[in-house]
Amino acid sequence: MSKIQIKEVYKIFGPNPKKAIKLLKDGMTKDELLDKTKHSVGVGGVSFDVKEGEILVVMGLSGSGKSTLVRCINRLIEPSDGQILIDGVDIGKVDDKELRKIRQEKFGMVFQHFALFPHRTVAQNAEYGLEIKGVDPEKRRQRAIEVLEQVGLKGHEESYPSQLSGGMQQRVGLARALALDPDILLMDEAFSALDPLIRSDMQDELIDLQDKVKKTIVFISHDLDEALKLGDRIVLMKDGKVVQIGTPEDILMNPASRYVEKFVEDVNITKILTAQHVMNKVKATAHMRNDGPRAALRKMKNNNFSKLFITSQDNTLVGMVTAEKASEALKRGDKDLTKIIEKDIITVTPDTQASELFEILHDLPYPLGVVDENKKLKGVIIRGTLLAALAEGGN
Amino acid sequence: MDFNIPRIPLGDGIEKTIDFLDTNFSFITKSMSKGIETVIDLMVSGMTFIHPVLFIIIITVLSWYLTKKKGVAIISLAGLSLILNLGLWYPTLDTLALVIIATLFSIMIGLPLGIFAALNQTSYKITMPVLDFMQTMPAFVYLIPAIPFFGLGRVAAIFSTVIFSVPPVIRLTCLGIRQVPIELIEAADAFGSNPSQKLFKLQLPMATPTIMAGINQTVMLALSMVVIAAMIGAKGLGGEVWKAIQRLQSGKGFEAGIGIVIIAILLDRILQQIGKQKHNNIK
Repeated sequence: MSKIQIKEVYKIFGPNPKKAIKLLKDGMTKDELLDKTKHSVGVGGVSFDVKEGEILVVMGLSGSGKSTLVRCINRLIEPSDGQILIDGVDIGKVDDKELRKIRQEKFGMVFQHFALFPHRTVAQNAEYGLEIKGVDPEKRRQRAIEVLEQVGLKGHEESYPSQLSGGMQQRVGLARALALDPDILLMDEAFSALDPLIRSDMQDELIDLQDKVKKTIVFISHDLDEALKLGDRIVLMKDGKVVQIGTPEDILMNPASRYVEKFVEDVNITKILTAQHVMNKVKATAHMRNDGPRAALRKMKNNNFSKLFITSQDNTLVGMVTAEKASEALKRGDKDLTKIIEKDIITVTPDTQASELFEILHDLPYPLGVVDENKKLKGVIIRGTLLAALAEGGN
Repeated sequence: MDFNIPRIPLGDGIEKTIDFLDTNFSFITKSMSKGIETVIDLMVSGMTFIHPVLFIIIITVLSWYLTKKKGVAIISLAGLSLILNLGLWYPTLDTLALVIIATLFSIMIGLPLGIFAALNQTSYKITMPVLDFMQTMPAFVYLIPAIPFFGLGRVAAIFSTVIFSVPPVIRLTCLGIRQVPIELIEAADAFGSNPSQKLFKLQLPMATPTIMAGINQTVMLALSMVVIAAMIGAKGLGGEVWKAIQRLQSGKGFEAGIGIVIIAILLDRILQQIGKQKHNNIK
């Protein structure tokens, strides 16, 4: 079952939301609605599910309703219409007491500008949720120290937030959210206020952390690069509506509309494409056991290669042979390839980012083999094919 | 020109209301009056019990300890010694007792009202104009109804002083709570805080510097009102000034005036420092 189900959620700001929703459903646009009825649309009928254990990035420009939407999920903002189910429970129908309990048990939230309590120390901030829940002081302090260590803030427990840098402050924010061990993390532009280098570090750390803690994360972002890097899936929003939902590849390769296309135009595609996307099929290899120098040379000649990968029976990459060496061996009368095989060749795995491939390929004298974790040869990349793949957007 | 529009009997109405309250409820206020009088007496006699020199030393050390500033300690020592030297020691103690008691009442009344106004929009809309009214009404006017309810003397003075000096506590408590950033409120809500947890763990601690500024203002207003209240028999330094006015002794008047200034500076510096020190992490 999905962890969070969002069904036709609307948030209209103005005196008569119900009427505004009806007009919207009849096809009025956001701008017309604002002009004619003075109602502004925060979220205009959004539906999607969040699966357990995934990072779902809700992405859009400012004013697209993404922050409003995430606040509807834990009812910091009351939706005007629609349903939000958390583990099957309609959060719109619970009373205040039940709502507080759900917030304590299921949600951790991280804010754009950190929202740390300035009058509390780092440790006191981290233990806030537990304090609210009524956990006794020693236990909650212990837990706070634990999560602070997890986010790399050991030794800063007694500092005040104002004494920390922005990146460290957001680690406190993250620790505060993690301390309760919630199922769901809501991260509202959590890294947007950080400078680019620190942002990138924090993204890496979040990915590492997620491998360990396996939360369901709803991450709000206006930065497509960030969305592509973090998201298992991305929900793209515009004017309070969902434009496209899909994996990062889906969004890049098959933009659903002109808007999405324009959006992804500027993306540095080398960050999202991996070796898998740009590699070619291997047309020919020499078999370690069956092929001698003569067979290898013939295969090279047929395919216009000057070098050839050598594989064993089960397609494991063993090494490489050059045309030069093969013809020398032929003259000597060698029967097999063992003497002329070059075993020490560079390979990459299928998930290597395209941006790294450039560097590796830069002065590599032979084609780059792509092998999986069992050393099986999956494909081959040469400089030309990499550039071609990038030019067409990886298709 | 005569339009024959009858004069609205506003004053009569107010007077009748006050008379009515006086005849029917003044037994409550009168008995309260006795209680408060006892508290003031106890406080004053407690302070007189300590030898003035010892008292000055205690205050000097205490002010240094609280503010960690040499300047404040020096002002305490020099100022209080001057007061003692001028023979104004006992009136000063009277004034101090009145100010302290009036301030405590103001805080007791003002803090809850300020919190309520901050959290409740309706209450905010009612409270603010009432405060404006209270603060613009000339202070002397409060003296008049104080007399029938509490009788001439120090309790009536405290009553009118509280009315005059309570607005800053209410106003600044309310302001302090309202200016807690919305993101922090959201954070507290997002972690499932109930309203009272939010108030005591977030809003009040965040508002404390502002509330302290309000209390500081209240003390200053109380001090000025206690002087005016000498007209209805509050004695103290104000009483000295009042006597000097009646006898046209400008020298005596200034002496007592300087005494008030010294007390004001001392209270202000000490309270300000306490407010600052406790919360230098809130920026």
